[in-house]
Amino acid sequence: MELTKQEKAMLDGKEGYAVKKSMEILVALGDIFGAEKLIDVGSVQVAGVSYHNLGDAGLDFLNSLAEDGRVKVLTTLNPAGMDLENWQQLGISPEFAEKQNLVIDAFTRMGILVSCTCTPYLIGNVPLYGEHIAWSESSAVTFANSVLGARTNREGGPSALAAAFVGKTPCYGLHLDENRVPDINVQVNAELSRLSDWGALGYAIGKKAENKIPYISGIKKATLDELKSFGASLVTYGAKPLFYIKDITPGAELRQQPKETVTIEKTDLDDAYNKINDQVDEIDFVCVGCPHCSIKEVAEIADLIRGKKVATGTELWVATSRTTKQLADKHGYTAIIEAAGGKFACDTCMAVAPLKGRFKALATTSAKGCFYSRQNLMKTKMGSMKECVDAAVTGKWNN
Amino acid sequence: MEQLKGRIIYRGKAEGEALVTSMPISFYGGVDPNTGVILEKGHELEGQSVKDKILVFPQGKGSTVGSYTLYRMKKNNTAPAAMINKETETIVAVGAIISEIPFVDKIDLSKIKKGDTVKVENENVTIL
Repeated sequence: MELTKQEKAMLDGKEGYAVKKSMEILVALGDIFGAEKLIDVGSVQVAGVSYHNLGDAGLDFLNSLAEDGRVKVLTTLNPAGMDLENWQQLGISPEFAEKQNLVIDAFTRMGILVSCTCTPYLIGNVPLYGEHIAWSESSAVTFANSVLGARTNREGGPSALAAAFVGKTPCYGLHLDENRVPDINVQVNAELSRLSDWGALGYAIGKKAENKIPYISGIKKATLDELKSFGASLVTYGAKPLFYIKDITPGAELRQQPKETVTIEKTDLDDAYNKINDQVDEIDFVCVGCPHCSIKEVAEIADLIRGKKVATGTELWVATSRTTKQLADKHGYTAIIEAAGGKFACDTCMAVAPLKGRFKALATTSAKGCFYSRQNLMKTKMGSMKECVDAAVTGKWNN
Repeated sequence: MEQLKGRIIYRGKAEGEALVTSMPISFYGGVDPNTGVILEKGHELEGQSVKDKILVFPQGKGSTVGSYTLYRMKKNNTAPAAMINKETETIVAVGAIISEIPFVDKIDLSKIKKGDTVKVENENVTIL
């Protein structure tokens, strides 16, 4: 990989330890993946924030970088392992909280915004069409590439941090136009009537387009919340973090329909629900917000649960960014949800909080949420927002 | 004595006993960072320690958190002395860089047998 004079100086340690380490990472990745140069990035999203996943090793490494590492571009943070303010109410141990706070302190010293959300594009980190960025968090990467038309590979935590300290990333993979060409045509013949259908669609296409870029036809309309859920599921279940939907996502009009074609019928969605759903009636955990709820989704939950009560023995978590919750506070949505016994889980989510063994059965709108909750040994049910709120109120899945 | 030449991922010099597998390694969850022992059920190296070895494997796999596991092993003195891959990927490459473990890839792994004394120096691998 060819480096400029300034980049060589960074690699030689002229800007300190964090920048030197970062350059070593970027140059090695560039060489491994055949990049010819580094390119400027407009923003960075850093994953690997939960102490549950980092452990003391990760914390040590972050502290060593925080000594002299300062970010050069707008950098936002993925969810942590707990709500940074309300962790006690969500049953997090003081020992975990202490370590998680040390992780957050290290990121803060680096100059990273403690946004703690997987939806940075909802709280002010919004890349432009064609802009190069270096994001981790697979659902955000997929949204940025597909719905916004920005360009990013699926970074890991350390490579995203490296890009933030240098302000650049190696130019390979999805940064290059030739690697953004769709390679499988997906004709959707099934009707999509509720939010979870989009998660089921992501599962079905993810399995049929494993490690491919789908070009999707047959969808007449979509909302931001639906595309957010769809992308998260698609990449969790196997596709590359980029999709095109004809007449809906930007850039689709510039692409030719690939020859290889698969279809998605109603039976494929039914099959996805069957694979994701377990046989279970009693629900002790309802969690909505994977990816984090938008303000519109919070409003929907408030509307559905107004005047009702969450069942004894069941918990309802609304996972969202603190920024979105502050808006919900002002509009009274928070008061309605909390009066019903629901809890807000800001800064965190069901995929990264230490939940193993705490709950038996989850109800959620999210196909991705089901995937990660199984690793936490929960049975899972996926359905509409209304079905999830009903499960919270009755403690049962009525299907 | 046989000389092999590969690609430097992290430069450095180390000599030791080769521990060889044809299976990819997941450092996160697959290796105990406190002892260096491979934990993954059914792995060829299950139960063996990578500590101070020249660890020879095709590439990494699994969670990107594996990079941090290598860093923790280095701090605990349970890390390999050096690593050799067939064709590496992001997780192990980043792990070696942040932990400063000599690491070379694009090596014909069939030339190295378990128990060989191997010297790694930047891109050069010598079987003594």
